[in-house]
Order: sequence, then C-alpha cells, then structure tokens
Amino acid sequence: MTRPLLSLRGVETFYGKVQALRGVDLDVRAGEIATIIGANGAGKTTLMMTICGTPRARHGQIEFDGQDITRLATHRIMHLRIAHSPEGRRIFPRMTVLENLQMGALLNPERDQTFDSDLKRAFELFPILERRQGQRGGTLSGGEQQMLAIARALMGRPKLLLLDEPSLGLAPLIVRQIFEVIRELNAREGLTVFLVEQNAYHALRLAHRGYVMVNGKITLSGTGAELLAREEIRAAYLEGGRH
Amino acid sequence: MAKAATATMQAGDSEPTSLGAALADAATAAVIALLLAMPILAYRSVEQAVSLGMEARWGAIAIGVAAVFAGRLAINLLGPRLSGPVGELFAALKSAIVRVFHAIGGWRTVLGMLLMLAMAASGAGKLSTPRWFDLLLIVPLAIGVWRRSPAWLFLGLALFFPFAPGASRYWIENFGILVLIYVMLGWGLNVVVGLAGLLDLGYVAFYAVGAYSYALLAQTFGLSFWICLPLAGILAALWGVLLGFPVLRLRGDYLAIVTLAFGEIIRVVLINWQSLTGGPNGISGIPRPTLFGLEFKADGGFADYFGLEHTSLHRIIFLYYIILVLALVTNWVTVRLRRLPVGRAWEAMREDEIACRSLGINITNTKLTAFSIGAMFGGFAGAFFATKQGFISPESFTFWESAIILAIVVLGGMGSQVGVAVAALVMIGGTELFRELEIYRMLVFGVAMVAVMVWRPRGVVSGRVPTIALKETRRIGGDLVKEGHG
Ligand SMILES: Nc1ncnc2c1ncn2[C@@H]1O[C@H](COP(=O)(O)OP(=O)(O)OP(=O)(O)O)[C@@H](O)[C@H]1O
Ligand SMILES: [Mg+2]
Repeated sequence: MTRPLLSLRGVETFYGKVQALRGVDLDVRAGEIATIIGANGAGKTTLMMTICGTPRARHGQIEFDGQDITRLATHRIMHLRIAHSPEGRRIFPRMTVLENLQMGALLNPERDQTFDSDLKRAFELFPILERRQGQRGGTLSGGEQQMLAIARALMGRPKLLLLDEPSLGLAPLIVRQIFEVIRELNAREGLTVFLVEQNAYHALRLAHRGYVMVNGKITLSGTGAELLAREEIRAAYLEGGRH
Repeated sequence: MAKAATATMQAGDSEPTSLGAALADAATAAVIALLLAMPILAYRSVEQAVSLGMEARWGAIAIGVAAVFAGRLAINLLGPRLSGPVGELFAALKSAIVRVFHAIGGWRTVLGMLLMLAMAASGAGKLSTPRWFDLLLIVPLAIGVWRRSPAWLFLGLALFFPFAPGASRYWIENFGILVLIYVMLGWGLNVVVGLAGLLDLGYVAFYAVGAYSYALLAQTFGLSFWICLPLAGILAALWGVLLGFPVLRLRGDYLAIVTLAFGEIIRVVLINWQSLTGGPNGISGIPRPTLFGLEFKADGGFADYFGLEHTSLHRIIFLYYIILVLALVTNWVTVRLRRLPVGRAWEAMREDEIACRSLGINITNTKLTAFSIGAMFGGFAGAFFATKQGFISPESFTFWESAIILAIVVLGGMGSQVGVAVAALVMIGGTELFRELEIYRMLVFGVAMVAVMVWRPRGVVSGRVPTIALKETRRIGGDLVKEGHG
C-alpha cells in the first residue's frame, strides 16, 4: 500500500459553538480518485474548507505529502500544490476566461515556462473555453463556468485536486462530460482527486474509494463498487439519482 | 376578451412615452421642485442699513422650476425608453454619428485630421516665432495615429495645454494643475477602491500625510522637494500599512466606516498637535521646487540661466509639468502592476475573496499592498499640493475631499484609468468652469452625477480592459465585449 497523500485524523471543526465535523478520519492515496457523499448539511464543504485551512480544525491533524498542514496559513497550504475548486464555481466574473486561467496558474512557480502548454491542455480538455477565451467569466453559461473552474484549478499543476460538487446545476450530458474529464486526468496523468458530490451514483462509479458522511462523521467507507452495492446506500442516496 | 386585453396592454406599454403622459409627469416633477424650492430659494437675507432684511426671489424659483420641468420632459422623451417621433430622431442621430465615425475610418482618421490641423496651425505660427512646443501636440497625435489609440490625443492635449492659445496663468493654475491633482488622486484611490475593491472613505488622510511630510521635512531639515517627494510617498505608504492592519478582516460598510474615522483622526491630530503641525494655523512658507537647482526667481534663477525674461508664469508651467509627470507615472505604474501577480490578485480579491484563497493568494499581503501603494500615490500628490500652495492647513484635508475623490473613481467606472481621468476633468474642471455660478455650481455638480448614474450606472467607462489576450483572438474578444456578449 502506498502512503496516503492526504490523511485526516480526528478532525473536528466548529462554527462558533456549532460543531460541523465530529472527528473525521480519512485517507486519499496518491493517484486515486476518492469521493465523499452525504446529505445536505452533512459537512462535506466544511471538510474541504478545513483541509484548506479556513475554517481551521480545532482538534485533530491533517497531513499532506508527509507534512503537517493543520496550522499552516491557507495560502501556504495551497502552495503545496493543492488546487481547490470551491462550491458554487466562484470564477472571477469580470475577468475574461483567459485571465481566470491565468489566476489559476499563480500556484505554479514555473508558470512562465509552462503556461502555454498548460493552457493548451486546458483547451484540449474543454474546447469550448478556447472559443470563449476573450469573454467575461460572469457571462458564461453555468456549465461553461464549471468547466472554467476546473480548468483554472488544473492550471496550477496540482498534486491534489479538491472538487466540491462539480455537477451542481448541470445537465446530465455535461455532468457526464465533466466526470469523463476527471477520469481521463486521473488515468492519463495520475492526478489525485478528492471529490464531493451529491450525484452519488456517478461519483461512486468513478471513484476508487468512497466515504459516506452523516452529521459531520464518516459512517461508511470502501471502494466505490462496494458502496454502490450496499443496500443502505442505495436506499439513502441513489433513489432517483441514477441516470 | 383576449383581444381587448392585448390592446390595453399595448396601450399601457406605449403610454409612458406619449407626449401627454410625459407632460403630466414633468408637471408633477415641477410641482415637487416648487415645494422644495420654497424654503431654499424663496428668500435671501440682505444687509440693510441697520438690520438684516429679506429679499424675495420669485424669479429664481421660476427659473429652477422651469429647468426641472424641461429636464424631466427631456428625460421622458429621450430617456431609456426611446420611442415616439422624438425618440426615433434621437436614435437616428446617434446611429448617424456612429456611421459617420466608422465611414471616415475610426480613430486613426480622426486623429490624422487633428494632426494635420495642428501642423497647419503650427506652420502659421512659424511665420512670426518658431513655436517648438507645438511638437508637444503634434508628436503624441502622430503616435496616436500610428497606434490607433485615442489616449494619445488626451496626452497631447495635456502636454500642450500650457502653450495653447488663450492659456493664461489663471487657467493653468486653477484649471490645469487642479484637474491633474485630482486625476492623480483619482488614479491613486482607484488602486484601492477600483482595483482591489476596498471601500476607502479616508483617502484624504494620505494626501495630508504627504503634504505635511514634505512641509515638515523641507522646513526642519532644509531638504529639497526632489528628496522629500519620495520620502513623503514612503511615509504615506507606511500609514497605508498602518491603516491596513486593523481593517484586514473588514469588508464593505465596516471598512468604509473605519477608513472614514481614520481620515478624521489624522485631521484632528493635525489640528491639535500644535507644536509640530502649527495646529489650525497650518504651515506657511513651504519651499518651492527647483529645476536641477535652478530657482524660479527674478535674479540668477531659471529665466536668467536660459536668457529669458523673468515671469511668474515659468514657475506655474513648471508646476504643471511636475504634476503631469507625477500623474503619468501613477498611471504607468498602475497599468504595469495590473499585469503582475500582485495587481491581478487585487482585481481577483475584488471579485471573489474565497476563490482567491483557494488559489493560494495571500489575502493579507494583497490588501496591504493595495492600501500602501494607493496611499503612496496620495502622498506624492500631497507633497506636490504643499509645494504648489506654499501653505497648508488641516482645512484642506476634510472629508469633503475624500468624497470628491471617491466620486471621481465611482463615476469614472471603478477601475478604468481613462474613466477616472475623464471624471476628474468633468467634475473638477466643470466646477471650475461654473465658478461664476457660485454656490449653484454644487447643483450643477449634483445634476451631472445623477445624469451619469441614470445613463451610465456603471460609470463613464464601464468596460474593463483585459490584461492578457492571445494575439490571434484579441479582436474577437474585443468585438464580443462591444456587442454586449462579454
Ligand atoms: N459559515 C458558517 N457558519 C455557521 N455554520 C455553518 C457555516 N457554514 C456551514 N455551516 C453549517 O455547517 C454544517 C455543514 O455545512 P456544509 O456546507 O459543510 O454542508 P455540505 O455537506 O457541504 O452540504 P451541501 O451538500 O448542501 O453542500 C451545516 O449545518 C451548515 O449550516
Ligand atoms: Mg457543500
């Protein structure tokens, strides 16, 4: 077994007095796609944000690439080459597509040499972005914005890609397209992906490893196929979610 | 039934622009204006032999009400809902102007024609004395034609202004220099408010810090303007960081309140720290700048050295070019910074702070650099203001100044360099032009602001210029933005 790229031990996060994460343990191994599924308000976004350091974990430990990042400043954590595509896309609306991509490249210290080839790769993955490169981010369609958010995260050449609900509000066809890109990146370049999804069926089929979160706790874990086969998962997360 | 409903709907749609409704609406506005004008305009106190007397001014009210009526009518007929014969005429006129502009070939031709005109005028001047400074207009115009960029026209006009026909000492000092000070302040604040999106209501504090730094350094240590200028900028930048730290976690309204208080604190300190700042009496006798050691005085100064006849105009023109260069440097630095990671981080922070964090941008540093660089430009402008006036007091640094500078940035379009310059020209230049109207110029000022907000709610120049574009697609990107897709 390879050493995990990202590991969380007993992580607890609070919003004031409200506890959002209640002792989370999980591992993401290098080169795998891990996913976390759970109901609304379970704490999935909080988990992603805690990894990035805002809000901070009150208890527990987060390790990335052999380094303890629990108390590291957010921008330093990101500069260890973690790219985060936050919930709700959050692209820069007044900047053009190209400028948005340029912002993503800030994480990469060798950006001056690699920008052109990284840009080319982003346009290969999402050809629509090439045609829209001079357009302002805020005027893209929802699906295009999501593609831009992922492409922007990739421009930093991350070791770990955190994706928070990339399928939010998208048509099934686009969702499949985006998931296909994630699979391809993982297979071709060995990119490690940690994915939060409402769309449990797609996510579990795609992922090597899945976690189920309920009320700020991991209640179940296993390979994607294992979880998909379990009766309680099918009952709780897959009714009507299959397409 | 259905038919009748559509008919009334159509009637309802076209109604607001019909002449009758427009007149009725204008009349309502006039009545409101009349009610408002009564307590404000109706009586004026006049000094009589023994006591204060009242003088009724029904004429003023009549003019005001008539103006409101006409203005409202014009808005109704020409405003956003263009229709009816007048509206069509207006639209046709507009499209005709656009078509003529395109037919003659856009900016290149317009600038070319202006260039020829300027050269012809210059040639005529040569018959008497060689006017070498006509080149100040001709060279930028030529570059403008070459690069197809109207910005060079503005630069040419600004360079040429002191030598333009009819430019008197009064005009250079009270129009040219003043407008340029506010262009510079606007560009400085634009870094903080326009680019970084941090609402700063106390910008005048840095202007004051710059002015007092120069005045005190020059008087206490006898340092020259050119040594004090960078020092004043650095001191102001330090104050910018000092303000930045406590407000790091504040946004929007809260930030505005704290910066407002900061501006007032600086002013109150200036008033009360008598021993250092001279309190309300201010500081006078602030040294004038020199040109490589040459003073602008009657004997042994600039005029003697170049064998010219001494006039005080030389000093004014010198000051004009100092502030022009300072403003251009501000612009140049800002445009450069926008292309560097720090400048892009400012704009990204304005757009979305959370996204910035997740891209590894250090929000603390980004905010502090925005505050300090904006403050530095304010400090430069302040030092210039002190040397130009020769006298400063806390009265020059009230909240009103902050408000004007902020208005310039907002009206200019939040982040647009050209927009800020145009707004400064219109607001400061405009109020100077209307000086004869005395207090009513504030009214003109207000009306102009309302007009901009009605017709261009995002500022005079609302489009943001991208900092990067791939060469082959540049034009497509630009076109899309113009058509409103972008
Ligand atoms: N800034 C905040 N302040 C206070 N409470 C918060 C804050 N953000 C989230 N919470 C609370 O923490 C809990 C977990 O929220 P979180 O956003 O992590 O859920 P989620 O699993 O991502 O849900 P969804 O699937 O709807 O996105 C919720 O009960 C939420 O109300
Ligand atoms: Mg969420």
